[in-house]
Amino acid sequence: MGVALLVDTVTVEFGSFRAVDALSLAVDFGEVRAVIGPNGAGKTTLLDVVSGITRPKQGRVIFDNATDITRASEAAIALAGVRRKFQKPSIFEGLSVHQHIVIGTQGGLRRSLAQGALVERVDEVLDVVGLADLAHRSASELAHGQKQWLEIGMVLASNPRLLMLDEPVAGLTEEETERTVALVRRLKRSDRAIVVVEHDMDFVDRIADRVTVLHEGRTLFEGSMANARADERVVDVYLGR
Amino acid sequence: MKPLASHHAFSILLAAVLAVALLLVISIATPFGLSAYVANTVGQLAAFAVLALSLDLIWGYLGILSLGHGLFFGIGGYVVAMHLLKHSWQVTGKVPDFMQFMGWSEFPFYWAGFGFFPYALLVAVAVTLLISGVFGYVSFRSRVGGVYFAIITQALVYVAMLLMFRNDTGFGGNNGMTGFAVVFGWPIELKSVVIAMSAVSVLVLGMILLGCRLLLESRFGILMIATRDDEVRLRTLGYETLRLKLVVWCLSALIAALAGMLYVPQVGIINPRLLSPELSLEIAVWVAIGGRGHLIGAVIGAVLVNAVKFWLSAAAPELWPFILSGLIVLVVLVFPNGLVDLAKLKLVRPMGAKRLSSETTELH
Repeated sequence: MGVALLVDTVTVEFGSFRAVDALSLAVDFGEVRAVIGPNGAGKTTLLDVVSGITRPKQGRVIFDNATDITRASEAAIALAGVRRKFQKPSIFEGLSVHQHIVIGTQGGLRRSLAQGALVERVDEVLDVVGLADLAHRSASELAHGQKQWLEIGMVLASNPRLLMLDEPVAGLTEEETERTVALVRRLKRSDRAIVVVEHDMDFVDRIADRVTVLHEGRTLFEGSMANARADERVVDVYLGR
Repeated sequence: MKPLASHHAFSILLAAVLAVALLLVISIATPFGLSAYVANTVGQLAAFAVLALSLDLIWGYLGILSLGHGLFFGIGGYVVAMHLLKHSWQVTGKVPDFMQFMGWSEFPFYWAGFGFFPYALLVAVAVTLLISGVFGYVSFRSRVGGVYFAIITQALVYVAMLLMFRNDTGFGGNNGMTGFAVVFGWPIELKSVVIAMSAVSVLVLGMILLGCRLLLESRFGILMIATRDDEVRLRTLGYETLRLKLVVWCLSALIAALAGMLYVPQVGIINPRLLSPELSLEIAVWVAIGGRGHLIGAVIGAVLVNAVKFWLSAAAPELWPFILSGLIVLVVLVFPNGLVDLAKLKLVRPMGAKRLSSETTELH
């Protein structure tokens, strides 16, 4: 299938602070890639660049081998097939669970699905994230873990080809983390790339094919989790702390 | 998801509005019912309620605060005043006061056609759409929002007021326009005409109320609430919020202009003070007191605050600023969602508290 996401020497600066420093990264279709590293390493900024929220100072971002999304709008990037879950659960407090999934499934002001297909897909997603019983509750009434799942449901509903999850198990109970592991494994497909930013190393170990360790906006290490644990520099800046 | 109770409350309000309209219609045709004075007051309140709804649509449901909605109210008001003056001149031959004052014997050229109501209506719509469209596009395009947007709207209405204060613009200057004698061929002071204008205002309020409700329950309305709650989240799901915000902003401006068109014939005068920042601020106060993000709240807030204001401006005008300020303090400190909180008897954390803080840039 080839390269789902190519980040090519991207630099992001906030004032005099260089959050991402000439970073390059390639994620293949069919792969689950974990991006780890200490706070301030540039993980979330990297996701912001890919989703179009932050404009890089230099460099290019190529989606699906050919589409240059460096200067595209957030909506255009999303419509190309990129979805991202935010670090802080980002949901719409004034809407119901069901309405969230409809918004996630439909994607774009123009209707993309016929009514029948839409209803079917929404029910399916509600089942996958285990919120079918709460479909008509207001999202503001949900517990933290359920809000995380609601947002995950919203971003997977459109069957994205690149799915980015920013700290999907932060604040979740052990049982909820377990279910998230199963979900990520289930979402893995040969025509989809999944990028996960997470601090929970056991979780990363269980889902990631490869890990990229960022430090001060640069790639410190890339390879298997086992090798990352053995790498002196990685232990030094992150894992050993 | 709105609880069932709010559906009931909305139906009751709509029924009440229609009942008042019916009462007014009865008052036109028969000697029973409301006096011209009461009907006129009710009609003005209805115009204010329409104005409050226009602000609630963008502030309560889209999270965009405008402190310059008096501008669009003023556009509607000025255009309808021009129509009434031109029409009155055509019927009675009386030259408007402001022209006598300026020593003009002929209308300025841009007054051509205003005697014909459909043309005046078209001008009101076109000017409102032009100003709101250009201003909205530029602001939303450069992602101006929150406090900054509110301040710019305030500046905009102030600039319009200064412009209208000039006597040589041909819009009445600081004295404004008054002396409307005829509306649609009828003497404007005739009791049945006064009551009929009131009835039209109340009916329009009912229609706008219902229209807003249908809009909010549609897919578009759901996306409005999503934009309000987390615009970045919605954009990164593939929705171009610029277009959505622009459409609702222009719609809101049109409704405000419509309110101005209802209001001015009933008070019989328009002057630049309609464009003063105070009025524009007060609209936000009505909505905040009634409960923003609730259609009922906007209507009740506008009617209640203005009813008290009408009554006090006769009884004790010097008290009014204190009462209004007191209400604002009460709403901010105790009832963050306005009277709607009072109805629920539940003092919840303001939904806006999160919204306001989320308007500052997020750094993940």
